[in-house]
Amino acid sequence: MIVLENINRSFLVGDQPVAALRDINLSLADGEYLSLMGPSGSGKSTLLNLLGLLDRPSSGTYLLDGGNVTDLSDAQQARVRSEKIGFVFQSFHLVPRLSAAQNIELPMMLAGIPVAERQHRVAELVASYGLRERADHRPDQLSGGQRQRVAIARATVMNPAILLADEPTGNLDRATGREVLRLLEQLTERGITLVMVTHDAEIGVRAPRQLHMLDGRILSDQLSSDQSTAP
Amino acid sequence: MKFADILHFALGSLRGSTVRTLLMILAMSIGVAAVVILTALGEGARRYVVNQFASLGTNLVIVLPGRTETAGIAPGMLLGQVAREITLDDAEAVLRSNAVKRIAPLTIGSATLSHDALNREVVVLGSTHHLLEVRHMTLGMGSFLPQGDIHESTSVIVLGKKIQQELFGNTSALGQWVRLGDRRFRVIGVMAAQGESMGFNTDEIVIVPVASAHQLFNTSGLFRILIEAKNRDAIEQAKHDAETILFARHAGEKDVTVITQDAVLATFDRILTALTLAVGGIAAISLAVAGVLIMNVMLIAVAQRVKEIGLLKALGAPSTQIRSLFFAEAALLSSIGSMMGLILGYAGSLLIGQLYPSLPVSPPWWAVLAACATALTTGILFSVWPARRAAQLDAVAALAGR
Repeated sequence: MIVLENINRSFLVGDQPVAALRDINLSLADGEYLSLMGPSGSGKSTLLNLLGLLDRPSSGTYLLDGGNVTDLSDAQQARVRSEKIGFVFQSFHLVPRLSAAQNIELPMMLAGIPVAERQHRVAELVASYGLRERADHRPDQLSGGQRQRVAIARATVMNPAILLADEPTGNLDRATGREVLRLLEQLTERGITLVMVTHDAEIGVRAPRQLHMLDGRILSDQLSSDQSTAP
Repeated sequence: MKFADILHFALGSLRGSTVRTLLMILAMSIGVAAVVILTALGEGARRYVVNQFASLGTNLVIVLPGRTETAGIAPGMLLGQVAREITLDDAEAVLRSNAVKRIAPLTIGSATLSHDALNREVVVLGSTHHLLEVRHMTLGMGSFLPQGDIHESTSVIVLGKKIQQELFGNTSALGQWVRLGDRRFRVIGVMAAQGESMGFNTDEIVIVPVASAHQLFNTSGLFRILIEAKNRDAIEQAKHDAETILFARHAGEKDVTVITQDAVLATFDRILTALTLAVGGIAAISLAVAGVLIMNVMLIAVAQRVKEIGLLKALGAPSTQIRSLFFAEAALLSSIGSMMGLILGYAGSLLIGQLYPSLPVSPPWWAVLAACATALTTGILFSVWPARRAAQLDAVAALAGR
């Protein structure tokens, strides 16, 4: 359960404050699938970073599962990220010197999970994402689709409640992109909350709930059944 | 994050940039090797001197004529006066002390030694039977100066090894007559080849009874009295006794100087230890330079791996963890570097030992320890800033590669 109340975020450009998010109010139920759309500069990436606790709002509160996470220290926020949030990036962000399996293992290693359990879970994910033959390959030996599958496996290895995807298909061709989308959508069926930033309307409409942003404001918040809940 | 994982991860990122890692290890190991080799040389020099002193004799107390003033010129020097001589009787009197085991009076001079048509200038030592033991000399063949009255000027001579060879070649010198100055002496012994010790080549001297030497050089004073104390603990007592006896015999005038070999040795020891410390310290500067290098390269590494750091943050690594990852890298670099440096340093000292066998080269343990400790601390200290920089990166900006 995510609740954002009166979230503002402004950046200093030179000595001029520029508002990236203005008065954002948003609530997301567990297992919801939301697409965030809007032109570049509309604030959708800033909102995603805020949701992922990579950024702090200038004002407002962010309640995650009932707890206020805006007041947490850096170390506490890191812990929340580790336990509850998974990231999928447009450019995959795999560590180039680590193999696919080691990349998947990385969040568990950072969390200090015992080796035996790590290997068990990695093996499970490698199998279910169809990466068995590629597990020992380094990222530069993998195709784009395989890389994104490794990244998704890494994002889900800690069983997070929320998955944040920033243009996950942006660097992939159409067919591979669809494959990756299906993979992400399957995860929502298992109860993960998925927030996906995209500027591709065709991809955006696949989500049951669509959020359009412009100039740091929520322009429209619609469900696929065309019930508008926008202010 | 587990310690083994931190190490493993750091090792992985070091392996990821081989050239950079190897260069850093090289810099570190050169620093450590420099400390090890230079201190080994200094320590070698110290041991060399100590050994040289030991070869001069053990538990030695040495009596010199005259008194070394702490400052100024002794008035006698301007008037052409010399301090009161030490006589043979003085030397014998010292034996009264029960801390003294034996003594060897010493007179020194030079004279022409000739046999048949051959002659050469030689250093003449006048002494007694006991010189052999007191100075740790070894006789090659024949016998040494006879025991007996110290005042008796018998015409016998013991030749140094080289003198014997120059004058007699391969024929036996024993029993032959030689001329030294204006007197004839019969050769009764030849010293074994000993080589140089303390800049004094015992192979190129001849030894005659001290009374004969006095007649030869027309003096009655001694150059030195070498006193061997009963044991190590008796050295101070022997020194004190020698002073008391000699001052009393010289009408209370303190005109002799008594030094112990230990005191001289201790001075050399101090000087050479200081020297070793100094060269070690200079070498340690190269370690500090290596530390700066590590800092520089770590800063570059942080800049190059911004995205990776951003990712680690996104995956839930707190700042402390990122800091310890970079610390681990620096610590690994310094410890591998010091290990290589130790190997290099020991190999270098071994090589120098082979090239100069007379120099007992071996790096002192404290220097080895200090070198490794300095390498590790500089490596880790100089990585504090880069590691902090990495940990304080803004996650969003880092992920975007900014």
